[in-house]
Amino acid sequence: MTALSPATPQLAVTGAEAEAAPVQRAPSAADSRRPRGERVHISHVLFALPALAFFAIFALLPLLGVVVLSFTSWNGIGAIQFTGLTSWAETLTRSTTWQGLGLVLIMIVATWLLQTPLSILLGTFLAGQQRYRNVLAVLYFLPLLLSSAAIAITFKSLLDPNFGLATGLDMPLLKQNWLGDPVLVWGVLLFIIAWQFIPFHTLIYQGAVSQIPQSMYEAAQIDGAGRVRQFFSITLPQLKYTLITSSTLMVVGALTYFDIIFVLTQGGPGVATRILPLDMYLTGFRGNEMGVASALAVMLVVIGLGLALGVQRLGGKDASASQMEGA
Amino acid sequence: MRNFSLTRRGMLGATAGLSALTLGACGTAGPGSSSGDGGSASYWSLSGEPNETIYEDSVDAFNEGDQGQIELTFFQNDAYKQKIRTAIGAGEAPTIIYGWGGGGLRTYAEESQVEDVTAWLEEEADYKNRFVESVWDAATVDEKIYALPQGATQPIILFHNKTVLEDIGAEAPETWDELLDVIEKANSAGVAPISLAGQSRWTSMMWLEYLLDRVGGPDVFARIAAGDSEAWLDDSVIAMGEKVEELLEASAFVDGFESMAADSNTDQALMWTDQAALMLHGGWTFGSMKASGGDFVQSGRLGFGPFPTIEGGKGELTNLVGNPCNYLSLSSAASDEEKEVAKAFLKEGAMSDQVAADLIASGSVPVIMGQDDALAASEDAEYLQWVYSSLQEAPAFTQSWDQALQPTEAENLLVNIEQLFLGTLTAEQFAENMAAGKGA
Repeated sequence: MTALSPATPQLAVTGAEAEAAPVQRAPSAADSRRPRGERVHISHVLFALPALAFFAIFALLPLLGVVVLSFTSWNGIGAIQFTGLTSWAETLTRSTTWQGLGLVLIMIVATWLLQTPLSILLGTFLAGQQRYRNVLAVLYFLPLLLSSAAIAITFKSLLDPNFGLATGLDMPLLKQNWLGDPVLVWGVLLFIIAWQFIPFHTLIYQGAVSQIPQSMYEAAQIDGAGRVRQFFSITLPQLKYTLITSSTLMVVGALTYFDIIFVLTQGGPGVATRILPLDMYLTGFRGNEMGVASALAVMLVVIGLGLALGVQRLGGKDASASQMEGA
Repeated sequence: MRNFSLTRRGMLGATAGLSALTLGACGTAGPGSSSGDGGSASYWSLSGEPNETIYEDSVDAFNEGDQGQIELTFFQNDAYKQKIRTAIGAGEAPTIIYGWGGGGLRTYAEESQVEDVTAWLEEEADYKNRFVESVWDAATVDEKIYALPQGATQPIILFHNKTVLEDIGAEAPETWDELLDVIEKANSAGVAPISLAGQSRWTSMMWLEYLLDRVGGPDVFARIAAGDSEAWLDDSVIAMGEKVEELLEASAFVDGFESMAADSNTDQALMWTDQAALMLHGGWTFGSMKASGGDFVQSGRLGFGPFPTIEGGKGELTNLVGNPCNYLSLSSAASDEEKEVAKAFLKEGAMSDQVAADLIASGSVPVIMGQDDALAASEDAEYLQWVYSSLQEAPAFTQSWDQALQPTEAENLLVNIEQLFLGTLTAEQFAENMAAGKGA
């Protein structure tokens, strides 16, 4: 059971206890700090079974298939030939792999730096009780409702050098080679991705900020802290675990950005935006080199897991502990 | 110690879990093969008008007869290309497989996924001889025919805007120097010399196809397509790349062409809004410019002609490149009964006289002999007759490179082409990358 997050059994246990006979309490003081879900009830196993089964069938099994395929050469239709490490050797020696990896890392860092501060500020702002903020919140969340492909197609039309915004608004400044310049295209991508995903992270932060007890702010006010001081001394520290959750989603999400880039640039101009997940797709389904594409996929899984664990570690060992004590 | 005790909730959970599993199992056992009575065959084709209606009508007409039923399904172009490959790989291919011949067909043929129809065509000589001779090349792999031609011929054509050319005092170019002259005049007049949707890459490829043909003749690419990757190092390939560099240096292509994609048709829009002088594009754009461009085509402002010759080059003005037509293959995985129905349909329905007439009415040239009268009577007679005679007079018709090559090499080609047009690869680097099979 240790693989599951501690929160799940804890909830399940309270539910089961209400029904069944009260179980023995753990007597020791050290134990009392831990959630009482350490003991595993058979019902927990049974409750978890469907999820585990789905996870095994739809996640682990395909993953295993990809690992196996990475040791083969396969063009998608012929016979699958086991070729040992050939695909891996090719994957690790082709320059595109490393360039794609570099681009993905740039993508992760840049999206995080761009989106996190904006999301925290917007989330804090929207957590206020005023009515106009509710109205704004609805507007801000609109991009969340749109599909990535639709967003990409729309922006592609808006950015068209001849028939896009520049012509429509008669603003020559907007007539740039937006998607054809290797530097400019990154600005465009980061902007569009931020436009699409900041609403989601704002929503997370908004929820977290509204959970901070009002009493803390009242105490701070009595101590003479101003708005800015309150933000840095109360709001931000209280958001620590939300920050970790949001960052995990951002970092792992950035590893899988595919649809927007695929529609907007197809990895171009040249290979300027051919990030690793896109490279994997193009190699596999355009180039029909399933072995190499599978090796790339395994790389992505390993990197994704590593990053997710790393971000969780940043939050300390007991990431789910409450910060609310004493409030 | 772990405490195992079964509670009512536990039981509920277990039941829920089990039923979820059974449901899941139902979901995967989905597609049962529901074969109709009296023989039926499946047929996948591409969506998009006007062809969708034409092909649907041909299937309906065939189904009214008593030779069996054809089940037609349409797919969007890009989605189809991936789906058909997956389906063939999984043994789930339709009886009739729509394709483009060339390298893709070769991979299917080498894996014995499509039927060899050479012998059948010998029996059905009348049927075979209905088609224009040049279409059989792309259907042939190692002397054997694996696909049957369908649809319209789509050569790549150098279109020009007559109004723009007149304004800048130039004429449609027939030689390289005339082309450079048009570019210079257009640039000094402030219009785009050449409209090009460079982001799509196969659009830039059309320039290379003609440049290589005009410089080195059709043999160079014929060697490449036959699998001789050393042929990429031919001097004419490098000369071709240098011509591209020359064009880039002269700012031949519209500003921001690297940002433009062909699927939004903005390259064509530049033509019919009088913002560009020339555009090298597939014959199918005639129809879409006619549909979208107001009276641009109807008023005769759209001109068309062959790609210019290059002094000292081996290629003739009349050589064509492009898509000879589309192709239909028979899946080897199909049952004998399905194949019989499919063959009857291919022979009598797929390219019937009605289909040919419908194609002409939609503004394209069917790959069938003896269409002169029908073409002369059509609304777009001037253009269609020109395409038809070009097709018959062409000493060589080189298939579009990305379709002639095997898929892996085609993808490498497109990546290298984009970089050549961005100026990040030199002509020599391009040739070396292609010879070495190096992609992105």
